[in-house]
Amino acid sequence: MADVVVEQGRLARAASPRKRTSLRNAMGRKSTVAFFLTLPLILLIALLVLYPAFYSVYLATLNKAMTKFVGLSNFTFLFKRETFWMVVRQSCIFAITAVVFKALIGFIVAHFVHNIPGKKQRKWRGMLLVPWVIPPAMSTLAWLWLFDPSYSAFNYTLSFFGIGPIPWLGDTFWARFSVILVNVWYGAPFFLIMYLAALKSVPDQLYEAAAIDGANWWQKIWHITLPMMRNIIAITTLFSLIVTFANFDIVRILTSGGPLDRTHLFATWAFQVGIQSSDIPLGACVSLFMVPILAVAAVFILRDVNKRGNEA
Amino acid sequence: MSTLAIDKTGPTRKVKLRSMSRDRTWALRWSYFFLVLFAIFFLIPPVYMLITSLKSSAEISAATNPWWVFHPTLSNYVELLTSNQFLRFFWNSSMISIVVVIVTMLISIPAAFALARMKFWGSATLATGVFLTYLIPDSLLFIPLFKMLAVVQDFTGITLLNRWYVLVFIYPTLTVPFCTWIMIGYFASIPKELDEAALIDGASWLQTLTRIFIPVALPGLIAATIFAFTVSWAQFLYPLVFTTSIDQLVLPVGITTTLIKGDVFNWGQIMTGALLGAAPPLVIYAFLMDYYIAGLTAGATKG
Amino acid sequence: MAEVALRKVIKRYDDVEAVRGIDLDIADHEFIVLVGPSGCGKSTTLRMIAGLEDITDGDIMIGGDVVNDVPPKDRDIAMVFQNYALYPHMTVAENMSFGLRLKHYPKAEIKARVTEAARLLDITDLIDRKPKQLSGGQRQRVAMGRAIVRNPKVFLFDEPLSNLDAKLRVQMRIEIKKVHQKVRTTTVYVTHDQVEAMTLADRVVVMNKGRIEQIGTPNELYHKPATRFVAGFIGSPAMNFLPCRLEDAGGALQIRLTDRIAFALPPARATRYNALPRTDKLLLGIRPEHLTESHAHLGPGVETFDTVLDVTEPMGMETLVYFGLEGTPVCGRVDPNAGAADGAPMRLAMDLNNMHLLNEETGVVL
Repeated sequence: MADVVVEQGRLARAASPRKRTSLRNAMGRKSTVAFFLTLPLILLIALLVLYPAFYSVYLATLNKAMTKFVGLSNFTFLFKRETFWMVVRQSCIFAITAVVFKALIGFIVAHFVHNIPGKKQRKWRGMLLVPWVIPPAMSTLAWLWLFDPSYSAFNYTLSFFGIGPIPWLGDTFWARFSVILVNVWYGAPFFLIMYLAALKSVPDQLYEAAAIDGANWWQKIWHITLPMMRNIIAITTLFSLIVTFANFDIVRILTSGGPLDRTHLFATWAFQVGIQSSDIPLGACVSLFMVPILAVAAVFILRDVNKRGNEA
Repeated sequence: MSTLAIDKTGPTRKVKLRSMSRDRTWALRWSYFFLVLFAIFFLIPPVYMLITSLKSSAEISAATNPWWVFHPTLSNYVELLTSNQFLRFFWNSSMISIVVVIVTMLISIPAAFALARMKFWGSATLATGVFLTYLIPDSLLFIPLFKMLAVVQDFTGITLLNRWYVLVFIYPTLTVPFCTWIMIGYFASIPKELDEAALIDGASWLQTLTRIFIPVALPGLIAATIFAFTVSWAQFLYPLVFTTSIDQLVLPVGITTTLIKGDVFNWGQIMTGALLGAAPPLVIYAFLMDYYIAGLTAGATKG
Repeated sequence: MAEVALRKVIKRYDDVEAVRGIDLDIADHEFIVLVGPSGCGKSTTLRMIAGLEDITDGDIMIGGDVVNDVPPKDRDIAMVFQNYALYPHMTVAENMSFGLRLKHYPKAEIKARVTEAARLLDITDLIDRKPKQLSGGQRQRVAMGRAIVRNPKVFLFDEPLSNLDAKLRVQMRIEIKKVHQKVRTTTVYVTHDQVEAMTLADRVVVMNKGRIEQIGTPNELYHKPATRFVAGFIGSPAMNFLPCRLEDAGGALQIRLTDRIAFALPPARATRYNALPRTDKLLLGIRPEHLTESHAHLGPGVETFDTVLDVTEPMGMETLVYFGLEGTPVCGRVDPNAGAADGAPMRLAMDLNNMHLLNEETGVVL
């Protein structure tokens, strides 16, 4: 045993003049290990996210048969189509309206949940998050059935109040309303959960101090709750804006873009043009129009997330 | 001194004489009132799924009160659960989701470990890149991915389109970035002294990862697993685009495309299918709600 | 069991030199405490001994072997961290045995060692608990237990008591001393608390700005500080430093503090300081306990002066008095019954037999 120890010592001593190199080797080894640990991640992102993203730009410059480079003529073609501008408008209306209502409902309900005693909060929170848990394709089917032209359970109920029947999915206004309603239903719980977490992180002493300073409930929300939650509200809203803007499932199942393309979003229209009508370049072109707004939102999210990280 | 005197004659606040506890009681009552209203709004669709799934076609078309089941029957469930086609969808969905969860974990845990603990060239950029990737929606990539698969298929002769298992390679683009991001957060919150203690105790980095980091960050791991599973289970666009034959479909696509035959809607079965399709995430949620919510809120913090 | 030696050890982070060439010999069985203000390089030094930080230059030897490039696990050391760094998912026993299990020790031996360490630290009842269920002091014991079971050549402690409350800190300090008396393992202990350093150490290493200011036994440091930094750092309340100057007064040597106050030096001091130049750039260092109330039977070398107290702090067994001399705040310790009161005049006695004279510019004690 002792011999071995001495032997080790000699080895170590012999190694000491070459310290710098061996240190560099150790650093190199660590980097190599780290590189291999992240390699699958890098490959996945490079091959299945970055490459397709750039490939999409390339595809958008081809003709329908994908045999010829046509430059920007797909884009100029889109600019001349009325449907395209309608989709742009609809996507913006859809995303902004839906996000505003999701944020409002989430904020209000979060306060109600926060008001009730701690033990019961869990149960209510669990119940209120259910829409977010059900796969949207599945829950939208239930909405589709609730909006059914002849058997709508809503119209059945409303008929007792002398209202209706409402053409939920058949009329432009109501179809847009329904699509937004379902999206709000699906997305509001996410806001609720984020806000609830943020509300819990505001120290009670702040409210007590404000109460002693004579603030009423509205002043407490305006001067304490909102500023304290500003960052999380910004992140949640921007994130929801991206997801809502790029939404596909709900519109696809509920209306397939109808009536007369009046509810199409970028995603559903790109699907119809690119996959169903097999004009891949034009479809790629349509979906690329989402990039600017997504990029802007992403930059702001990143800024806020980093800010949060620095606060913590 | 006199200049500092507070102006007592300024605007006076109306002093409410109601007691604090009475105010609170009323706030509580109103809270419950509105919570009930919102709970009804949030729970109508799943409840309506359940109601309809218990009805026969005859009762549905009879247009009786849609909110009540007069002759409850399980025939829709029996029919679906004995239909090879539906079981096939369920099987495809299950296989894909389970494999995707495993693949996701195999990719994101080592990557998160490296990004959280080993500072190397470009590691900060890569972490940011991972987060940005998470923000890229499926609806931006489905067309180029579809074309890529077609090109690779033509080039190699390996059938890629219309094969459910190809989705196993595609779905990780949706799950890995987020899971990596939240695992970075969980790993970074482990005190540095813990790995140093392990280092002195003689653990290699692999042992540090498997015997210290993974057990300590287990809540995060569970949250990430739940996220990966629910995302894979709910994914609708990619399978809709990449698969067409009935035996290759996953649950969401299968139910929406096969149960809706032209204009003939078999609503009893559709709702049953939708409910069964929603069941796995709901069951997981019911049992692991806290992890689910932890994962949901973890994305908004820096890793 | 081994001696530890540091030879001209340097640590550089980018441009900053955290440790600027340290030479230190630690004997076998010795308890060495590295003490200094935060940022003095003491923790970095400890972490370099542990192998958690690479050394930029110099050599570190454990048991006579250079370990510069030896990974921590092969240095045969054990470390106790400030936040204990217990593995939260393992029980106390599992925490203590983790290192042994990684090295595939036989089960029976692991059990024996854990039992023995638990008995030594009086945590036998806690052996199956998780760290979360333990109090701060108990966690501290477990962290020490984890070090003991390894039976390493060297124990390294990195501010292990900083997270405990004052009372527990005193208790654990005694506990650590007892354990060291039993296991006799060479120990390097880092702290910023000079009381901890004084009470625990065989020898204390005072560090400042990446350098060693002085190495010595607690008594040496207290009574014969080498520099102004050590003189000011060791002892609480801290030593007073009063600007002064040496004067010849009728063949005898005297020290002048103010126009009004000048003291003749006792003979031993006078011969020692006689060769010094008669400049203004000197500081008189005097500890508060050598500034007491005046009474009838003053010994030789004790001089009195009158002052007006600013503030008094009754501590029970003594009263601290604060006053100003030519604008320099001074602290003294008087008997609680000496009649010291805020704003009251008082006659104080300064024991010049225990004075220090420092060069104001270099900070060296003359």
